[in-house]
Amino acid sequence: MNKIWLIIQREFLNRVMKKSFLIATIFVPLIFPAIIGLLVYIAKQSDKNSKKEVIHYIDESGSFAPDTSTYVFKNFSGSLDEGKKAFDQSEDFGLLYIPKYELSKPAGITLYTKVNPSLDDVGGIERIFETQIKEKKMLQLNIEQKILDSLKTNVSINTVKLSEGGQEKSSNSGILFGIGMAGGILMYMFIFIYGAQIMQGIIEEKTSKVVEVIVSSVRPFQLMMGKIIGLASVGLLQFLIWIILMSTLTFGVLGYFGIDPPQKQAMEQIQKNNKIAAVQVEKEPAKVAKMIGEVMNLPWGYILFSFLFYFLGGYLIYAALFAAVGSAVDSPAEAQQFMFPITIPLLISYMSLFMFILKDPHGTVSIWLSIIPFTSPIAMMGRIGFGVPAWQLALSMVLLIAGFVFTTWVAGRIYRVGILMSGTKVNYKVLAKWFMQKG
Amino acid sequence: MDALQAQHVTKRYTNHTALDDVSLNIPEHTIFGLLGPNGAGKTTLIRIINQIINKDEGEILIFGEKLKPNHIEIIGYLPEERGLYKKLKVGEQLLYLAQLKGLSRADALARIKVWLEKFEIKDWWDKKVEDLSKGMAQKVQFISTVLHEPRLIILDEPFSGFDPVNAQLITEEILDLKKKGCTIIFSTHRMETVEDLCDHIALINRSKKILEGSKKQVKEQFKTNTFVVEHKGIFSLNGSYELLNQQQIEDSFFQSTIKMKDVKRPNELIQELIQLTEVHSFQEKIPSMSEIFISLVKGGTNHE
Repeated sequence: MNKIWLIIQREFLNRVMKKSFLIATIFVPLIFPAIIGLLVYIAKQSDKNSKKEVIHYIDESGSFAPDTSTYVFKNFSGSLDEGKKAFDQSEDFGLLYIPKYELSKPAGITLYTKVNPSLDDVGGIERIFETQIKEKKMLQLNIEQKILDSLKTNVSINTVKLSEGGQEKSSNSGILFGIGMAGGILMYMFIFIYGAQIMQGIIEEKTSKVVEVIVSSVRPFQLMMGKIIGLASVGLLQFLIWIILMSTLTFGVLGYFGIDPPQKQAMEQIQKNNKIAAVQVEKEPAKVAKMIGEVMNLPWGYILFSFLFYFLGGYLIYAALFAAVGSAVDSPAEAQQFMFPITIPLLISYMSLFMFILKDPHGTVSIWLSIIPFTSPIAMMGRIGFGVPAWQLALSMVLLIAGFVFTTWVAGRIYRVGILMSGTKVNYKVLAKWFMQKG
Repeated sequence: MDALQAQHVTKRYTNHTALDDVSLNIPEHTIFGLLGPNGAGKTTLIRIINQIINKDEGEILIFGEKLKPNHIEIIGYLPEERGLYKKLKVGEQLLYLAQLKGLSRADALARIKVWLEKFEIKDWWDKKVEDLSKGMAQKVQFISTVLHEPRLIILDEPFSGFDPVNAQLITEEILDLKKKGCTIIFSTHRMETVEDLCDHIALINRSKKILEGSKKQVKEQFKTNTFVVEHKGIFSLNGSYELLNQQQIEDSFFQSTIKMKDVKRPNELIQELIQLTEVHSFQEKIPSMSEIFISLVKGGTNHE
């Protein structure tokens, strides 16, 4: 036991002291917020700076009222051909030709441009006409805007999840979808990256031939477990740092963009409500605040705990298999042929994440995928936010542990023989022989 | 007491038997040569002693005790397929390997210092192994083998990869360790090493032990009662002697190889010779380990 501890320490230090660990640990959580921040910044800047495009128009209908909020409209009085010529010499964006049209059947409105207009541009101009025609029709039909407004009713459904204790929690399936997707993808990446690292480490020990020296001091199984656990602790440390960095950053970024963290918002809300008993109209910032509130209301402890459990379980179940493959081959290139069967269940669960699990988290396929040990780490992450019945979670967790014990046992038997064999041509038959071999 | 006793040790794999009823006694304070061609089963036996693999049948006794897990602490093993962690620094590497052998951190540190000073490589502590030459790495490897002061040291082809200077250095260390009371098992096919260093030998061929004993005994066993004589003038022999070869060295000096058919004492041959010629030198022809090795291994092949 003492020796496994030594190996764990060694593996842990080896990885953590590397520069690549530091870089990955610090930069990965920075990358996503940085990209998002940059995009938001660019969008804001371009909104501010962009000049409105100039559109010439020839209005033969005589009823066009230029809406200048998105474009600058310049009237051109003359024939279409003249208009085209004049537009051709200008630097402007487009020429809009409006013939006489019937309100019931507007036709022939044409936008001439030098470049292909974007859908936004076409849609925007179409909307201008649609509103104007609508207003005219209303006048014709003697409908007042008031009546129309009174007809319009806004309905937004509140989704409230009734948990078993009868507690109500408002939920937002969009957010749950996002969390499921992020969790599933993260899990997939984690298992692959860390599994591959285990394999890499074992191949290195084999090719540098240090392995026989080591197994003369410790049992091969101890060595394998020490390496697996050592790397798992690196993963946990990295994950922990990411959570801390991410949450600090999130609050930082929210603060910078003028969106208060929900606690503060709630406080202000209460103060306001005390002063003014008026019903607040839902405005944009309030919506964002509501969403953030919903994000914060999620059972983060539960989700994080599940993620950690499934990360550990999923990692362990696959790391053992990766270890067995690493012990059997002499180079990463040779490992390819054995990677295939390991990759299959991972890929299946990854694809099902998008095909079934996120769309229908409580469907039969989703439930089974989240219970079968090889697919459950990714599948369960996809489901976890939507609420998983306790028995399913318990069954899935027990099976995951059982699966890990099983793969570790199988892998250990292959590993103990494999690490001492170099230069042998290995196929599945040979692996089976090693597995059966006693002592 | 014997440092190691192997009793009827057998190891079978699916397609072949790696060790077939092998029994050995390795006396304490000796350098024991474990000889045999490639694939004979030496490495299998060594791995069983190191508890890397398990035997199917038989018993191994280490200093009279049945093989058990904590015996690894008194065994030092330098495998033929050896290496070190390339990215690890020399000091950390030695510390790690010593701790795996059961040494405390403080003990390990103190001993590493002593050994690095002894080999005059104190400034290597912070060097990564990948920056060392092959010979340098071998020195570190040797230190790692003996750092925990094992009573039984098993060296599998220890001199491969060493230049003559380092090989000499290691040889001296080995003799020194023997003097301090260690028992050393050499697995090798370099016969000159065996000739120089080993007290006892065992020969394994085709999974079976075919020869065991002290070097002197073995040579005694394989001597052919052949003598090499340098003399003046030619002569011929008959009766219980056979003249195998007679060749001129220079002028009237000749060298003859004579085999005694019946077991007699060398003195009787000398008496015979004195009457025939003027004897300048007389020497019993003792087989070298290499000759014994080759004759046994080849003989074994021919029988099948």
